[in-house]
Amino acid sequence: MKDQIETIETKTRKKIRTTGADAVMRSLIHEGVEIIFGYPGGAIMPVYDALMDHSDKIKHILTRHEQGAIHAAQGYARVTGKVGVVMATSGPGATNLITGIADAMVDSTPIVCITGQVTAPLLGTDAFQETDVIGISMPVTKWNYLITKPEEIPEIFAQAFFIARSGRPGPVLIDIAKNAQFGEFDFEYRKCVKIRSYVPKPVVKPEKVRQAAELINKAKKPYILFGQGVILGNAEDEFRAFVEKSGIPAAWTILGACALPKKHPLNMGMLGMHGNYATNIKTNECDLLIAVGMRFDDRVTGDLKRYAPQAKVIHLEIDRAEINKNVKADVAVLGDVKESLPMLTKLIEKRDHSAWIKEFKEAEKIEYEKVIKNDLYPRKEGLTMGEVIRILNEKTHGDVIVVTDVGQHQMITSRYFEFRNKRSFVTSGGLGTMGFGLPAAHGAKIGAPDKEVVLIVGDGGLQMTIQELGTINQTQAAIKIILMNNKDLGMVRQWQEMFFEKRYSETYLLNPDFIKVAEGFGIKGKKVLHRPELDTAIQEMLDYKGPYFLEVNIEKEDNVLPMVPAGASVSEVVLEHKK
Amino acid sequence: MSLDNRKNGERRQNYTISAFSENHIGLLNRITIIFTRRHVNIESLTVSASAIKGIHKFTIVVNDTREKVDKVVRQIEKLVEVLKAYYHTDDEVIYQEIALYKIPTKALIEGDDLEKTIRKHNARILEVRPEYTVIEKTGYKEDYMALFEELRKYGVLQFTSSGRVAVTRSSKELLATYLKEAGELTAEYENN
Repeated sequence: MKDQIETIETKTRKKIRTTGADAVMRSLIHEGVEIIFGYPGGAIMPVYDALMDHSDKIKHILTRHEQGAIHAAQGYARVTGKVGVVMATSGPGATNLITGIADAMVDSTPIVCITGQVTAPLLGTDAFQETDVIGISMPVTKWNYLITKPEEIPEIFAQAFFIARSGRPGPVLIDIAKNAQFGEFDFEYRKCVKIRSYVPKPVVKPEKVRQAAELINKAKKPYILFGQGVILGNAEDEFRAFVEKSGIPAAWTILGACALPKKHPLNMGMLGMHGNYATNIKTNECDLLIAVGMRFDDRVTGDLKRYAPQAKVIHLEIDRAEINKNVKADVAVLGDVKESLPMLTKLIEKRDHSAWIKEFKEAEKIEYEKVIKNDLYPRKEGLTMGEVIRILNEKTHGDVIVVTDVGQHQMITSRYFEFRNKRSFVTSGGLGTMGFGLPAAHGAKIGAPDKEVVLIVGDGGLQMTIQELGTINQTQAAIKIILMNNKDLGMVRQWQEMFFEKRYSETYLLNPDFIKVAEGFGIKGKKVLHRPELDTAIQEMLDYKGPYFLEVNIEKEDNVLPMVPAGASVSEVVLEHKK
Repeated sequence: MSLDNRKNGERRQNYTISAFSENHIGLLNRITIIFTRRHVNIESLTVSASAIKGIHKFTIVVNDTREKVDKVVRQIEKLVEVLKAYYHTDDEVIYQEIALYKIPTKALIEGDDLEKTIRKHNARILEVRPEYTVIEKTGYKEDYMALFEELRKYGVLQFTSSGRVAVTRSSKELLATYLKEAGELTAEYENN
């Protein structure tokens, strides 16, 4: 057999005698890392000490909780496309990362976590702050490794970065025993370019592309569904060219939102449980589904037994395990969509599907009358989340990065914000992690300092990681926070109203004075109670030079509709809830 | 078409999963949690070397539907350190298990019944001590369990059986074909 790992030389040819901790820093620099989000502690102290010697090349952001560090790294990775790096100590430091690791795993975010571990001879002895983080993180990491000798550091770091960023990206964890941080060895860095047991990108088979093109050229009512795969493959331009030549209407999963501008004439809207009306019902009326870099999540498909039974399915996907996992593909085009889409675009005929698109537009009109109009231009007294997003659109024209937390505000933002740019939306999709928003917005701003970053957050989720206001005050990252405060766990409350006979079990929150809290953390804040103040308040927020906290009082019973109730078919999407 | 549209009563049967991997710490755990997470029980599991130098082989037997097994195998293959994973029905592999029985030596000496039983079952004696004798039987589960039933009357002191080991009915290791295509195989195995 050939070698398990193939590597290439880097600029430094000379070996340097150094410690493991210093080697960690040098390895990170070789991988192009500029920023670490982290929190120090006993078992990672040698690495933190080495950090001081490299502070000209690597910045560190001290969060207030390890969960804040990993969500920030996720936000950073999602807007930059680079690997987010997180550092934490052993035991509780490491376990506090787990939620973020699970989130990054299901949303395919490239992350490298570095955790300290007790010294190797103490492994398995229940030493102070020892926990089996390799075991705990195994189901939620793409790969992980326990380093017990300093000599392993360069090779393992090279592999970790290669694995995290290649193919379908994901989180990787490196646990480093303290003795390996202290120990000395001759450091030399070689970048990893291949691991023989790992096929990050299957080679696109022209035969499959040809079959797909044949189906597309024959179809009367084809329908494109796109997801984050387009973004992860940096294939937004290739995707747009495909959509435009095909003339086929396209709809997105939540993580695919900014892969095609919202106002593009072929963008029909969002799929799934809280997606649009037309996009859901047309799924069961099309004759061909073309899924591009998406995984048929249950929130997108509803009841699988009644999901597009009439349609043929083409699935363009990088991960072989996703093919036929939920929906059977008639033609599966394995590979990176960056490569497969241009091949497909070449083979398809330029078409115009205006009659079919008109059907979408007619359904859209119904949704507009029943839902959208009332969300965006409410005639009732209370403020709606929809009108906040509408004003944000008017003022920014979609030219900002939007980050959300999880819940009603997340769905409203996805539905109404007019995404225009690539990598301009950061949200927790697959895991639905409350508390994600504030730290992720911070990470996004660090990754894209020249862009305006607006966080939309609910009062529930905000309080899960509210301590990160302290981190934001320390970095003065100018993120604009809009708190949609309805004094409730809104989405759960909505389900209770619709499906649990209005039995509101534990969804009311007695909230603090958020403006005082923000001010206590040194962040300027303002509260909006009534409609006439909203426009000016949003303008003031956007004009402000530093971080800003805007609280908007939202009407309590502002529900997210349309909705595909859990277990229902996409064609059973409801537009209204009879109170 | 949704996969659930297929008839729900798809037949459960034994599948032998062969996963070829690097020999790294923790990989066994990474593989087994794929089964645990999907609530699939592992009937037997054997980790061994393969015909290709440096490549380890996991042989896992499960009793489930083809669809479930297919999905599990794709997840196994997705692991960074797994080169390739396959699954086969019992017809498609040649497989064996091994059983060891410890019985009192007194039973062997006191009559010729036991000796006949051992011959009949094509079992063999591994070791004879004054107190006990160890018998070995290789075969299918039903074979070695049949011997176990016959030995019970002599008083079985200890009994254990191994997981399944299996080779496919193809002439060479399936992995070798894959590695050759990927340009990863050196002449060493090819010249065999």
